[in-house]
Amino acid sequence: MIEKTLKGKPAYWIWLAFLGMFMAIGAACYVRQYNFGLGMTGMSRDVSWGLYISQFTFLVGVAAGGVMLVLPYYIHNYKEFGRITILGEFLAIGAIVMCLLFIMADLGQPMRALNVILHPTPNSMLFYDAIVLNGYLFLNVLCGWVILTAEKKQVKPPKWIYFFVYLSIPFAISIHTVTAMLYCGLPGRHFWLSAIIAPRFLASAFAAGPALIVIACLVLKRVAGFDAGRKAMDKLVTIIIYAALLNMFFVGLEFFVGYYSNIPGHKHALEYLFFGLEHHGHMYNNLVPFMWAFVILAFGSIALLATPAARKKNDFLLGLGCTGLFLAFWLDKGIGFVLAGFVPTPLHEITEYIPTANELGITIGVWATGFMVVTLLYKTAIGVEHEIEG
Amino acid sequence: MYNKGTIIPGLILFVLFVTFPVWFNGFTTAGDLPKPELPPGGEKQCVMPAEYMRANHMQLLNEWRDNVLRDGNREILEIDGKKYSKGLQTACMQCHSRKEKFCDSCHTYAAVKPYCWDCHLTPKETASKEAIH
Amino acid sequence: MDKQRRKFLKIAGASVVAGIGAPAVIRLTSNSALASEHGTAAEHEEAPAAGHGQASGHAEEAPQGVRLGMVIDLRRMNENPELLDGAVAACIAAHNIPEFPAEKIKQEVKWIWKAPFESVFTDHSVHHAAGKIKNFPAVALCNHCDDPPCVRACPTQATFRNKLNGIVAMDFHRCIGCRFCMAACPYGARSFNWQDPRPYVKKYNKDFPTRMRGVVEKCNFCGERLALGLEPACVESCKGTGAMTFGDLNDPNSEVRKVLDKEFTIQRKPTLGTKPSVFYIV
Repeated sequence: MIEKTLKGKPAYWIWLAFLGMFMAIGAACYVRQYNFGLGMTGMSRDVSWGLYISQFTFLVGVAAGGVMLVLPYYIHNYKEFGRITILGEFLAIGAIVMCLLFIMADLGQPMRALNVILHPTPNSMLFYDAIVLNGYLFLNVLCGWVILTAEKKQVKPPKWIYFFVYLSIPFAISIHTVTAMLYCGLPGRHFWLSAIIAPRFLASAFAAGPALIVIACLVLKRVAGFDAGRKAMDKLVTIIIYAALLNMFFVGLEFFVGYYSNIPGHKHALEYLFFGLEHHGHMYNNLVPFMWAFVILAFGSIALLATPAARKKNDFLLGLGCTGLFLAFWLDKGIGFVLAGFVPTPLHEITEYIPTANELGITIGVWATGFMVVTLLYKTAIGVEHEIEG
Repeated sequence: MYNKGTIIPGLILFVLFVTFPVWFNGFTTAGDLPKPELPPGGEKQCVMPAEYMRANHMQLLNEWRDNVLRDGNREILEIDGKKYSKGLQTACMQCHSRKEKFCDSCHTYAAVKPYCWDCHLTPKETASKEAIH
Repeated sequence: MDKQRRKFLKIAGASVVAGIGAPAVIRLTSNSALASEHGTAAEHEEAPAAGHGQASGHAEEAPQGVRLGMVIDLRRMNENPELLDGAVAACIAAHNIPEFPAEKIKQEVKWIWKAPFESVFTDHSVHHAAGKIKNFPAVALCNHCDDPPCVRACPTQATFRNKLNGIVAMDFHRCIGCRFCMAACPYGARSFNWQDPRPYVKKYNKDFPTRMRGVVEKCNFCGERLALGLEPACVESCKGTGAMTFGDLNDPNSEVRKVLDKEFTIQRKPTLGTKPSVFYIV
């Protein structure tokens, strides 16, 4: 089936070359970082995780979001998702590849990464994260490939695969839950120390993941003549709206707990994110524009998507709404959440984080790699689809 | 055989290419056995016989490492009247004070790059920034 | 490995000596429990189970084995600021700690350092505090917690709690540099080697290694010096002033316990349940 990726229109090759260029830039930047150390990044003793880990956190959500297609189709037998479930599974593969690359980029000693397996440590959440992420990757590769092969041969998928399909559902939930647990179990980091982190992560994941699938479907409709079907898209948007509203509700709850309890530790990070935090006469507020952009984009996109005229008749507005929402949750989780956890430091000082050009190069390179994987997989899936139709 | 003219020269080139390391070493000095320098201080006694050390020093170092760091077992060894506190810097480098002439001679020959020296200091390096204390 | 070990012992006929400083080790840790695994745990078992039944989450449980700890008398440090500077310098010299210039301060590595009282004790209000508190040169270092969050977070056991003496130690050989422990430590006690530290080490101590880039490091309570019967470098630099006292918190006769029994001490962020082993007199 993989041969489907070898034939395409010029636009397809231009797109691949475009991604390849960023991958090359990312690789060159990584070589620099590998040789010098993580001092090439903007991270510091005080803000010890930066863009890499925040991208990882966001992308785990995108990967988990694929389950919003798998679950209705396989559990509730919602037939409309039949054509696009494979897109959800393949998107998850691309997202997990990015997650793993971001983790590797963030390690100080990447050559020792296997120590996590050689010295298994069940008390560390990172141990479980490694298990569920790799497990979910394996399940999606397996299920996606077996089901697509069956489709190509126009036979029913083998029965045993359904065990793995059903297994992938709890795995999708667990990848994001365990990722949340990396943060919410740490004493002394008040912003993260909240039982609502896992549900909040899941809510934003179930909005951002499907939003990206809707965007992908709209693109595929134009460039590859693949129609996901109006009804399927409409259902997906409904899921997105509810999940997005839930996420906003959870963010609001964080505000209530912080500001009503009036406990400084619970307020500091929120203050830093949304209003700026004053410390020793200096105002620290470099994330404020990002966070208000998140709020405005999130509510604006929800309103747009909730308007039937925009959602049902106008592909452009539908795409705009989904892009807005995806960006909004990227700002929330891919920027704000991780970085604000380090403010203030355990000694109540404030260090701000600004990524370096080299770090941005690696980050863009990893994103380009993920898009490359997704492009190749989608090309295969749609090639098969066209083959059986034509 | 078809295409005799290209296949046979091709095979010869292939064999030459694959065996490159063997005959290349024949013409260069890379084949000479390394001669690690004995301790400049003239010490004759190590924690173990030379033969054992030659084959197993890396395991012994790993064992010491785990003893000292992980098991908190920093007992000082007394071997034939000489005291050794387990450690690359605190024991080995005391006698084998010239890493460049001792350790490196074999490591270079065998093309191994142990990461010991990323952290552990050789007397030469220490001398470059000597502590007064 | 085990077989080789036995062979090693047999061939070499190695005999173990407690080292020249054995008496000092005994003084520090009582009954040489530091050197022997079986120690004197039995002796401590009779200690009252003070923690049980108390509502506060940060109560200590009945002590077991040796637990090394420290009392820092900030009054003495305040009287004589050179004491603290000397302790920090002693640590830097003993452990080959790099000193970064101001423009690289974000990459700083520190094991024990000077910080304002309100930074070290973030849970204590300095509102209307005695004037002397406000500009107090307090000192921060790893607390060698009895229940360390960093150890819980580490995915490779590169950081772990030494069962023999309670030291929270680092194995630099195993650290993968994920920095989970840095996020987990509520005391900001951990530093990462963002680059090769060697160019910034001013002077080398030949008996201690440097670190490589990409690993986390922190105070080790001078485990390497304790083995030689010496006190930690910072404690030794304050010798005779009573500014820093070190010893076994579980031994009722240790010097550190005598200070703790007599003085009112505080700990950093005790509400987090980490059970710090470093105490402060203000």
